[in-house]
Amino acid sequence: MPEAPLTSKTSAPAPPKTPPATRSSVAMGRAAFMRLLWPLVALAAVLLWNLAFSPGFFHIEVRDGHLYGSLIDIANRAAPVMLTALGMTLVLATFGVDLSVGAVMAIAGAVAALVVEPRGGVAAILLALAASLAAGLWNGVLVAYLDIQPIVATLILMVAGRGIAQLLTNGQIITFHNPVLETLGGGFFLGLPFPITLVAGVYVVLGLTVRRTALGLFIEAVGDNASASRYAGVPAARVKLLAYVICGLCAGLAGLIVTSDIRAADANNAGMYLELDAILAAVIGGTSLSGGRFNLLGALLGGLLIQSLTTTILTKGIPVQFTLVVKALVIIAVCLLQSEPLRRRFARQKAVEKREEAAA
Amino acid sequence: MTSPASPPPTTPRSSIQSRLLASQNVSLLATGFVCFLLYAAGGLAYQGFLSKNVFINLLTDNAFLGVAAVGMTFVILSGGIDLSVGSVIGCVSILIATMVKSGAPPALVIVGMLLLGALFGAAMGALIQYFELPPFLVTLAGMFLARGVGLVVSLESVPVDHPALTRLTGLNLLLPITAIIFLVLFAAGVYIAHYTPFGRNVYAVGGNAVSASLMGLPVARTVVGVYAFSGFCSALAGVVFTLYTLSGNASAGIGLELDAIAAVVIGGTLLSGGVGVVAGTFLGVLILGIIQTGITFQGTLSSWWTRIAIGMLLLIFILLQRFIQNRAAKSQGQG
Amino acid sequence: MPDLLVMQGVTKRFPGVVALDGVDFTVRAGEVHALMGENGAGKSTLLKVLTGVYPGDSGTITLDGQAIRPRSTGESQALGISAVYQEVNLIPHLSVAENVLLGRLPRKWGRIDWPTVRRRAEAALARLGLTLDVSRPLSSYSIALQQMTAIARALDVDAKLLILDEPTSSLDSDEVERLFSLMDRLKAQGLGIVFVTHFLDQVYRVSDRITVLRNGQLVGAYAANALPRGELVARMMGRSLQEVEAMRQTGARSDAERKAVTPFLTASRLGKRGSIEPFNLQVAAGEVLGLAGLLGSGRTEIARLLFGLDHPDTGELRLDGQPVRFSSPRAALDARFGFCPEDRKTDGIVPELSVRENIILALQARRGILRRLSDAAQAELADKYIRALRIATPDSERAIKNLSGGNQQKAILARWLAADPRFLILDEPTRGIDVGAKAEIEALVRNLCEEGVAILFISSELDELVRNTQRVLVLRDRRQVAELIGAQVNEPAIMSAIAGEAAPAPAGEATGGASVA
Repeated sequence: MPEAPLTSKTSAPAPPKTPPATRSSVAMGRAAFMRLLWPLVALAAVLLWNLAFSPGFFHIEVRDGHLYGSLIDIANRAAPVMLTALGMTLVLATFGVDLSVGAVMAIAGAVAALVVEPRGGVAAILLALAASLAAGLWNGVLVAYLDIQPIVATLILMVAGRGIAQLLTNGQIITFHNPVLETLGGGFFLGLPFPITLVAGVYVVLGLTVRRTALGLFIEAVGDNASASRYAGVPAARVKLLAYVICGLCAGLAGLIVTSDIRAADANNAGMYLELDAILAAVIGGTSLSGGRFNLLGALLGGLLIQSLTTTILTKGIPVQFTLVVKALVIIAVCLLQSEPLRRRFARQKAVEKREEAAA
Repeated sequence: MTSPASPPPTTPRSSIQSRLLASQNVSLLATGFVCFLLYAAGGLAYQGFLSKNVFINLLTDNAFLGVAAVGMTFVILSGGIDLSVGSVIGCVSILIATMVKSGAPPALVIVGMLLLGALFGAAMGALIQYFELPPFLVTLAGMFLARGVGLVVSLESVPVDHPALTRLTGLNLLLPITAIIFLVLFAAGVYIAHYTPFGRNVYAVGGNAVSASLMGLPVARTVVGVYAFSGFCSALAGVVFTLYTLSGNASAGIGLELDAIAAVVIGGTLLSGGVGVVAGTFLGVLILGIIQTGITFQGTLSSWWTRIAIGMLLLIFILLQRFIQNRAAKSQGQG
Repeated sequence: MPDLLVMQGVTKRFPGVVALDGVDFTVRAGEVHALMGENGAGKSTLLKVLTGVYPGDSGTITLDGQAIRPRSTGESQALGISAVYQEVNLIPHLSVAENVLLGRLPRKWGRIDWPTVRRRAEAALARLGLTLDVSRPLSSYSIALQQMTAIARALDVDAKLLILDEPTSSLDSDEVERLFSLMDRLKAQGLGIVFVTHFLDQVYRVSDRITVLRNGQLVGAYAANALPRGELVARMMGRSLQEVEAMRQTGARSDAERKAVTPFLTASRLGKRGSIEPFNLQVAAGEVLGLAGLLGSGRTEIARLLFGLDHPDTGELRLDGQPVRFSSPRAALDARFGFCPEDRKTDGIVPELSVRENIILALQARRGILRRLSDAAQAELADKYIRALRIATPDSERAIKNLSGGNQQKAILARWLAADPRFLILDEPTRGIDVGAKAEIEALVRNLCEEGVAILFISSELDELVRNTQRVLVLRDRRQVAELIGAQVNEPAIMSAIAGEAAPAPAGEATGGASVA
C-alpha cells in the first residue's frame, strides 16, 4: 500500500510528540486511499492487460538522454486532460462545473500563437495565461457573485469562447517557430517530456495552495454543505471565484501544451470536448459532481486511465472510434459505483448476510 | 361562479414565484422581440433578406436543430439535460445510409431508427431515475456511445441514393419535407406540452419533483418518458439530417447539443426546470438561424461571429432572467 | 361519533432512534383532532406512516373499519386520506386549476379538456367558498389561497380524512379565520380532520379533541374542553401538573446571583416583517439569557436576526453601545459572535468533512483563506475539544456524518468554542442528546459564562432554562410576551407565559406585556 505519498499530500507529519495527530494523518491517508482504490485498480488492470497482450508495452528506452516508450507516451499525451482535470476537480468540489475549459484552451493557444512571433515566447505564455485568468474570472463572477447556475454561466463562454479564439486567429491555423513556446509541449526535462514535468509541477503547486492555505477546506465545506458553511462564516463567493480562476489557468496551460505540441494554434479543434474528458477524469478520481471532498491525485489517475485506454486501443490496432464506446462504458461504471440506490441495496444485502451468519 | 360566502379574494399577490412567472413572460416577449428585431434588421440591411426563399431556407437549414431542440426543451423543462442529441443524429444518419445502401427498405429503417432512438433515451432515463445518477454524466456516456457506434459503422460519409428517399426530398408541398417535419414536430411538441397529462407532468416534475410525487404523480414514468421523447426527437433529427444532405455521416451534429441548449435557453426556458414554453424554443431556433443567415448575407463577416453572437445573446438572456429574479426577491424581502 | 381512523401500536424505527413507539391515534368522523407535540415528538413520522411516505415497522391502521397499509401517497389518497402541508406542496408555476386537478385532468378525445378543467376547479373551490381566476398561475395568489387550493385538491379526491399539517404558519389572522370557518363546514359534512399547529389559541378555537405525543410516545388523548392550556403545555413538555405544582413550592430561587452589569448587546425594537415582531433584548457579558416559547414562536427568527442571517427592517442593534448592522454571518463572526443552529443536519455539520475540520471551520473562517491553522494546531484544537466535550469518536479524522447526533452536536459546539466567541447563540443545544451529554453541555455553558461569554440560550426544555439562565424572554406567536427575571425564572411561570394565561403563581405578574428593563 503506497500510503506514504498519499498522506504527505493531505497532511504534513505532525510533531512526533502528539500521538493523536500522527494517528489522524494515517487515518486521513487511508480515507484518501480508499477513494483512489477504484481508479488505481482500473489503471492497473489496463496496464496488466497490456503486459499480457502487448509485447513491448512496458519497454522504455533512452535516446539522446530522453526517455521513450508507450508508458511515457501515455503520460505525455494525458497531460492536457490531467491539467484541466486538476482545475475541474476544484470547481466540481464547490458543487459547480466549468464547461468552458475547451474553449479557454483554444483562446490561450490563439493568444500565444498571435503574440509569439512579435513578442517572443515568454510574453506569449504570460499573455495566454492572462487571457485564461480573465476567462476564469468571468466564469467565477457569474457563478459566485451573480449567483448564476454554474452549468448555464459557463455555457456562455463555452459557446462564445471558441468563436473568440477563431476571431483572434481569423479562422486560420497559425503556425509559429519559437524555442521557448515549443519546449512547453515538445521539450524534455530530466529526460521526461516537458508536459509531464509541467503536470507534476502544477500538481505540486496546486496541492500546496489548497492544503497549505485554507482554500481546500473551504472548497470542500462550501461544496458539501453550503448552508452550514454560511453559518460558520466561510467566504463562499471568494472561494468559488478562486476555484474558477484556477480552473481557467489550468485550461490555459493545457491549451499552451496542445498549441506548442503541434507548433500551431488551431482554434477550431484545440480542446474540443476536453471539458467532458476533464470532468470524467475528475469523477473517476473520486470527486463527486455534487460537490464536497476532492482528490487532486485522483484527477491525475483519471486522466491517465482515459489516455491509457485510448493508447491501448490504438496499439492493439483497434479502430480509434472504439475508445468512445469504451469511454461510455467507463462513465456508466463509475456512475454505478457511486449510485446511492445500488449502495443501499449492497448495504442491505450485507446486513442480511451478517444476520444470517449470526443466526447460523 | 358560485360563491356562497366569503368575498372574492381574487386580487393576486406578488410573490417570488409570480415575479418569476412574470419574468417568464418577459423572457418570452424579449425573445420574440429580439427575433423580430433581427429579422427586421436583416431586411433593412440586405436586399432579399425578407424573401420567401430565404425564409424557407431558414426553416430547412435549421430543421434538424429544431427537431432536436423540441426534445431538449422537454428534458430541460423536466429539470434535466441531454448531451447525447448531436451524437444520436450522427449515429442515426450513418446507420440509415449504410443500411439503405445494403438494400434494406428505407421506410422500415427509418421507423426502426426512431424506435431505437426512443429506446436509447428511455435507457438513459431509467439510469437517471432508478439509479439516481446525474443526467449530465449519463447523457455524456450516451453521447460517447452513440458517436462511437456511428464512427465504428463508418468513418466516411455514405451517400444516400435510394430512389424513394431522393423522391421524398424532391417532393415540394409548399415546403421541403424537412421543413414540414420540423413544423409538424413543433406543433406536436406544443400539443404534448399543453394538451397531454404527460406534458403537464413534465412541468410538475421540473417545477418540484418532491411536490409532484406527494401529489401522487407518476414521477418515474415521466422522467423516463422525457428522455425517451428526447431520444426519439434526436433520431428524427438524424432522419431529417439524412434527408437534408442525402448522405449519412457519423460526424454529423458535433456540438449540436450546445446549439439546442442555447436555443432552449434563449427561448426563455429556465435550465432549472419547470418554466418555459415550446414555442419559445421555436423562436430560439429561428434567432440562431437568422443570425447565421445574416452573417452569410453580410459576406465579409466570418462564421465565428455566429458563435460569439449566440454567446452574447445567451449572456443577455441569462442576466435578464437573473435581474428579474433578484428584483422579485428583493421586493419580496421588503414585503 | 364513529371512529373514522384507528391507528394502534404504530412503531417506526430509524437507524439509532425509535421515532414512534407503539403510538395509538384515533380520529372520529366529523371532528377536528389536534395532534400536538414539540420537535421530535413523532407527529410528522406518524403522519408519514399514515400517508404511505414510509411503512411503519409494526402496528395497525384501520380506516372506516377496513385495515389499510398504504405504500405511497398516491395509494393513501385513493383510500381517502389527503394531506396539506405547511410549505404548500403544489407546483407554483402551473395554474390554480391544474394544481387542483393534476394527475386526473379531465380529457376529451384524448386531449386535456381545458374548459372542463377550469369548470371543475372552480366548482371545487366554490365548495370552499372561494371564487378565483383559476387560469392564473398558483404563485400569483397569496399563501393562504395557495393553501386553500391545496385543500380543494385534497377534497376533490373524495377525502374522508384531511390532514392539515401546520397550515396556518404563514397566514394572517383574517386568512386563518377563513380557514377555520372552512374547517367547521367540512367537519359538519362528516370529514375527519387532523390538525397540526404550534399555535395554542388555534388549537382551542377549532379542535374537538387533542392527542399529545412526546419523544415518540403517546402522552394521551383528551377532549379539548377538558384539558386546560397550562396542562396541555405541561404535557407537551413532559411534565404532569402535579410535578409543576410541586416545583412551584420549591422552585423559588434567590435573586442574589444577578449582578449589575452593563449590557454587551442590546436590541431595541428589532424586527422583521413576517418573521418576528419588534422585540427588545439585552444581554451582558457573562450572562445567560434564555429564550422560551413553543416551536415556531419566533425563537430561531431572533437568533437569525442577531447573527446577520436575516436582516431586520425595523429597530437597532448595539454592540458595546455602538450601533452595528451585520450584512452576513461573516460580519457577525468578525465581531466574535457564534451561532450553534437548531437544525444540525442542514445548518450545522459539513457531513463529509472530518470531526477535526468541522471543529476548526469557524475559527479558520475568521482567520481567512491565507492564514491557515497549522496541522499541529488543528490536531491540538480538535483533540482538546474531543477530550473536553467527550466527543465519542475513534479519532479526529472520522467523517462527522458517522458520529451519533449528540456527538455531532458537541462537535458543532466545539466549532464555536474554538472560535473563542464573546457572544454565543445556542439554539436547542441539547436536542436529541442523551442525558449525560446534556449535563456536560450545561456544565460547559456555566464555564463559558464564568469566562465572560454572553450566551443566548434557546430551548423548549423548561428545566434546562431554569437551571441555566438568569433571565428568560418568552415568545408566543412571533411576539415577545414576557421577560422573567431571577426568582421569576421557574417552570410554572414560563409555562403560563407560553400558554398565555394568567398564572396563579407569584411569577404571574411578569406575564402579559413585554417588560424591558
